[in-house]
Amino acid sequence: MKVITGSDLRTGDVIWWTGEGWSRHVNDAVEAGEHAEAIIARENAKQIVTDTQVIEATRTDEGVRPAHIKDRIRALGPTVRLDLSLKPADPDAGTWVI
Amino acid sequence: MYQYDQYDQAMVDARVAEFRDQVERRLAGDITEDQFKPLRLKNGLYLQLHAYMLRVAIPYGTLSSRQMRMLGDIADKYDRGYGHFTTRQNIQYNWIKLQDAPDILADLASVEMHAIQTSGNCIRNTTSDQFAGAAADELVDPRPYAELLRQWSTFHPEFDYLPRKFKIAIIGSETDRAAMKLHDIGIQLVQNDAGEIGCKFYVGGGMGRTPMIAPVIGDFVPPLQMISYLEACLRVYNRYGRRDNKYKARIKILVHEIGADEYRRQVEEEFAHILTLGLEPPAAELERIKGFFEQPGFDANASDELDLSDPDFALWVDQNVHAHKQPGYAIVNISLKPVGGIPGDATADQIRLMADLALEHSFDELRVTHAQNIVLPHVKKADLYGLWQKLDEAGLASANLDLIGDIIACPGLDYCSLANARSIPVAQKISERFADLGRQRELGELKLKISGCINACGHHHAGHIGILGVDRKGVENYQLLLGGCEGADTSLGTITGPGFNEDGIVDAVEKATDVYLAQRADGERFVDTFRRIGMAPFKEAIYAKEAVNG
Repeated sequence: MKVITGSDLRTGDVIWWTGEGWSRHVNDAVEAGEHAEAIIARENAKQIVTDTQVIEATRTDEGVRPAHIKDRIRALGPTVRLDLSLKPADPDAGTWVI
Repeated sequence: MYQYDQYDQAMVDARVAEFRDQVERRLAGDITEDQFKPLRLKNGLYLQLHAYMLRVAIPYGTLSSRQMRMLGDIADKYDRGYGHFTTRQNIQYNWIKLQDAPDILADLASVEMHAIQTSGNCIRNTTSDQFAGAAADELVDPRPYAELLRQWSTFHPEFDYLPRKFKIAIIGSETDRAAMKLHDIGIQLVQNDAGEIGCKFYVGGGMGRTPMIAPVIGDFVPPLQMISYLEACLRVYNRYGRRDNKYKARIKILVHEIGADEYRRQVEEEFAHILTLGLEPPAAELERIKGFFEQPGFDANASDELDLSDPDFALWVDQNVHAHKQPGYAIVNISLKPVGGIPGDATADQIRLMADLALEHSFDELRVTHAQNIVLPHVKKADLYGLWQKLDEAGLASANLDLIGDIIACPGLDYCSLANARSIPVAQKISERFADLGRQRELGELKLKISGCINACGHHHAGHIGILGVDRKGVENYQLLLGGCEGADTSLGTITGPGFNEDGIVDAVEKATDVYLAQRADGERFVDTFRRIGMAPFKEAIYAKEAVNG
């Protein structure tokens, strides 16, 4: 599947397109479909998200898993500081193995 | 230490106000990201994997305790309680919010600091010897010259849009502790037969994609003409550097392609022209700057005696304490490399503690090293034991300076958007594999450096053992290099062969150290043995066992 990711303009947080808005949780990401570029153009124009891009991912039993390690690390947080990732608040975030 | 005059402070304050306005306009949607990105980069603000990252300039790696304490406070107030000291003697914060950036810059400006020119194709923060003004082997204190460089290079209009970024290092000792020959320009203050001081210019070094050792371009430039000679070096580069190809745009490529002799000829021609303009800074200005770097008020009666009855303290003194030029004093190296730790990271509390210790024991001075450690340059020997106890309580007394546990590592793919592979987990595993300090000391001086991509922020080319992380079809892979070195005998590492996975590279490092232990001659460091016996025995040991293990 193709999902859209970007960074929150104000905070720099990694965010994912949910079909209706943006979420910090990769599991909320949805298939962007053939309208991905149009969605990116529309959302960029709102000036609340930056560095948007379409990436490859798969939906697994553990949730949405980005194809490339760089995107998996973006989704989870630094692997060497899991205390700073989403995990403390959301134990299910990124249960797939980096 | 140098203190801002009204011009320095006015410039920095004005930049803060300017950036605050730019951020407000970006957040209001008045300017686009394409318009804003070059503006934030000019203030050291990057967008990395997880958040904005702010890189703060630490001029020639020198800090007062007040400045260091502010760095700790910023880590707490705006980041997540820690900072990362870098291989360019700076500090980076990994979790910055855009809306906070102007306030952070204002806080930095209140202690005479900023993040200007820590990004972009301009002259970056000048680096220097972390032992400047303290080392027993020092010929000239390089800090006044580094400060002159800072003033000259800050907002220099002609060199604000160079073909690529530009890094300068300056030293004043025979021992090169700043990897000078691996900079765009390295300046060594030297003495001629007549006893006069001059600047020896090494131009066209660097690491990155195409590592090169800088050749000597200027043998002996009078110190008061240093700026004019730099202008000439930069002007030739600015005119002929490759702007058409980012990967060939550094000055090292220009010097290599036209040859050192032709580059020198052009520099000398330009230099002769510049001299006719009389643009050198007045001697009085250099003397004014020197006044900020006078020797602190050392106790002339300080004792050289040390009670080394505590064996752990004795180990730390032997490994981390360096000779000072003043009898009764020593240079203390605080290792930011605990076993299994993240190289260069320090918590806000640790940063503030080091600030307090500098105020109490080191005439209010600290230095950041390019090896990602901290130095207290002027500590009375009588204070060492108490100081060590406080460091030990805070997890800052690792006695591993220049040993295999003192690993340089870039942030790698855990943080950096340019990286191809993670550096920190590899550093942690090697650190844990060689956790035994006795084993580390048996191996002796062994500089291990890890980069997570070809840009070489982790200086892998200059490691006795270097590791380069690469991307192999989406999988992290690590190349091993042997034989790199910085300093007077600078050399570039050679790749051993096929790369390894994360566990495999740790095993390969261990096998390389086994070869060294088996083959070393008396007094040889790892790199000396490598130079004597060559790659073959290492390669045989590293790859033969790989084949057996399948």
